[in-house]
Amino acid sequence: MTVSMAQLRDKYLRHDKKFPHVWCPGCGIGIVLGSLIRAIDRLDLAKDDIVLASGIGCSGRLPVYVDLNTVHTTHGRALTFATGVKLARPELTVITVMGDGDATAIGGNHFIHAARRNLDLTAIIINNQIYGMTGGQYSPATPYGAYATTAGYGHVEHAFSIAELAVAAGASFVARGTVYHAAQLDGLIKKAVEKTGFSVVEVMSNCHVQFGRRNGMPDPVSMLNWFKDRAVPVGTAADLSPGELDGKFSIGVLADVDKPNFHEEYRKIQERAGAFRET
Amino acid sequence: MKNAKGPVRLLQGNEAMVEGALMAGCRFFAGYPITPASEISELMSQRLPALGGTFIQMEDEIASMGAVVGASLAGVKAMTATSGPGFSLMQENIGFAAMTEVPCVVVDVMRGGMSTGLPTSPGQGDVMQARWGTHGDHPVIVLAASSVRDSFTITIQAFNLAEKYRVPVILLSDEIVAHTRESLVLPSVHEVEVVNRIKPTSPPDWYKPYEDNSRGVPPMAAFGDGYRHHVTGLVHDTHGFPTERPDEVKAFINRQFRKITHGAAEIQMTRRLLLDDAEVAVVAYGSVSRAVHRAVLRARENGIKAGLLQLITLFPFPKKAVDAVLRQCRSVLVPELNIGQISREVKRVNLTAKVVKYNRIDGLGITPDEIYGELMKL
Ligand SMILES: Cc1ncc(C[n+]2csc(CCOP(=O)(O)OP(=O)(O)O)c2C)c(N)n1
Ligand code: SF4
Repeated sequence: MTVSMAQLRDKYLRHDKKFPHVWCPGCGIGIVLGSLIRAIDRLDLAKDDIVLASGIGCSGRLPVYVDLNTVHTTHGRALTFATGVKLARPELTVITVMGDGDATAIGGNHFIHAARRNLDLTAIIINNQIYGMTGGQYSPATPYGAYATTAGYGHVEHAFSIAELAVAAGASFVARGTVYHAAQLDGLIKKAVEKTGFSVVEVMSNCHVQFGRRNGMPDPVSMLNWFKDRAVPVGTAADLSPGELDGKFSIGVLADVDKPNFHEEYRKIQERAGAFRET
Repeated sequence: MKNAKGPVRLLQGNEAMVEGALMAGCRFFAGYPITPASEISELMSQRLPALGGTFIQMEDEIASMGAVVGASLAGVKAMTATSGPGFSLMQENIGFAAMTEVPCVVVDVMRGGMSTGLPTSPGQGDVMQARWGTHGDHPVIVLAASSVRDSFTITIQAFNLAEKYRVPVILLSDEIVAHTRESLVLPSVHEVEVVNRIKPTSPPDWYKPYEDNSRGVPPMAAFGDGYRHHVTGLVHDTHGFPTERPDEVKAFINRQFRKITHGAAEIQMTRRLLLDDAEVAVVAYGSVSRAVHRAVLRARENGIKAGLLQLITLFPFPKKAVDAVLRQCRSVLVPELNIGQISREVKRVNLTAKVVKYNRIDGLGITPDEIYGELMKL
């Protein structure tokens, strides 16, 4: 049975509380919020059993609107709080939402270590290639040559490929989607949350206000078209040469591996040490 | 506790802190290795699994503090331990704990100097950082341990106060306290008072996680308890949602301080030694108070009416107890392993009293002989 948008809205949003939201009209973060809610609904999890943690930024404001156990932590640190929550109550499903600067600049160290550690957490990284909230300064995901309020002469650094970084750091599940491919995004987030182990979904999202405006895409539609033109399905990307892939990015599932995860392994240590024994 | 029966153990301060924490119900520890605090991590990693608890070594102290707050949000008593450089990194998330009223205990085993400083020497230079290290006006409780026994009992008190007042409690130790071995008889769990945070009893729909009450400490639901709510480092209203309304902001911040003021009588712990008829006194804390203890006894043997006021609680500063001593004694000595962080607080209590400081910042402890010498000059 398909659930209507109104039903989902009533079930998952804190409608009586803090609307209107803080985001600019047309911001991609709203699409990510929609996908996240649809994914959670399909997973049939109890709201009481889900924790949604975020860092700081426009993306960090997402949890306040959602009727779950929510925590808006400090800039870059969402995964550290999520780690504590998950280890304290492993039965909870713990999802983090971060911006590209949040997750890979100030929080970059936490991000790679969370992936390496393989604790059962999901990280959704909303990559709008810029610092949205603070006014358009460049982030680790800002492309070479792009303009930002701190790169008025064109950016001289090179961007992280966030999903590939997660694969290299050892995440169990890594996917990339875009806000243009919203239906696919629903599925990627669902798979990521279902996966036991550290899972990452990088979502290419439009900040037309702080990124697009300075880079020839001043409205949401031009940015969505940009994602449409540059996204290549993972399978197709495998057959393309590096030259053909230049300026493009792959979307879909980049990695899906099974390996021991932290809290199950730790549980074994607890059992061996004598915890949970009937006395 | 005094008459605890049980095997006599030879423990160092760091180990006694672990025993105290576990007895207080701590079941989560996240940390990052640093001298002279590392033994706390090591022993936690050995002891927690058998108790069904969790130890994790994080990628740095910022992460350790974040994980501690996360665990406490999920209802588990949590602690971390570090020394100066790591304590600096923890400040951001200590502020988050204060803002969101998440109980937790942060041990800072002080070493000497700023920056990497003197990693294996004692110091007391972090006192003001413990009070004001994170930005913004915030409530915090700072305690100081002076011995192995203190390391055990005051750690339990640190957890109890954190739980009761929903604040981060900073527990200061120093290299001497941490690494000195002394005998200690551990009480059984039943002999120890353990306080747990109050949980809501209202129906979840009625729960306001930051609603004021007579104590100023709202009941705290854990994630997963069925009381879905929002936690944020932004100033928030009684529902936990961000607010910039001046009336709500003011009420929120005022409550943070009121809850501590309310509990001051219980929070402000001091120990008095031979003060009743004292003419000169020493105000001290941490390892230094041990040396003072000796010096005061020797002074008494030589007919000098000396006494010691040992501060267990550094903040909120125990003004009343200090004021009584300042009024009674003709002069008061404040010896510290810093350039005079608490002596200034003592002075502020009574600007007309004679407060004399004695400081060492060369990485060495203060000896009873030195204190005795200073007492003779008062
Ligand atoms: C420690 C710290 N440094 C700086 C800031 C200021 N700050 C707030 S949001 C932000 C960057 C936001 O960019 P991003 O993480 O990409 O998220 P977006 O706003 O684009 O969603 C910064 C630098 C902060 N809140 N905390
Ligand atoms: S600044 Fe950018 S990211 Fe932030 S709400 Fe506006 S469009 Fe979205």
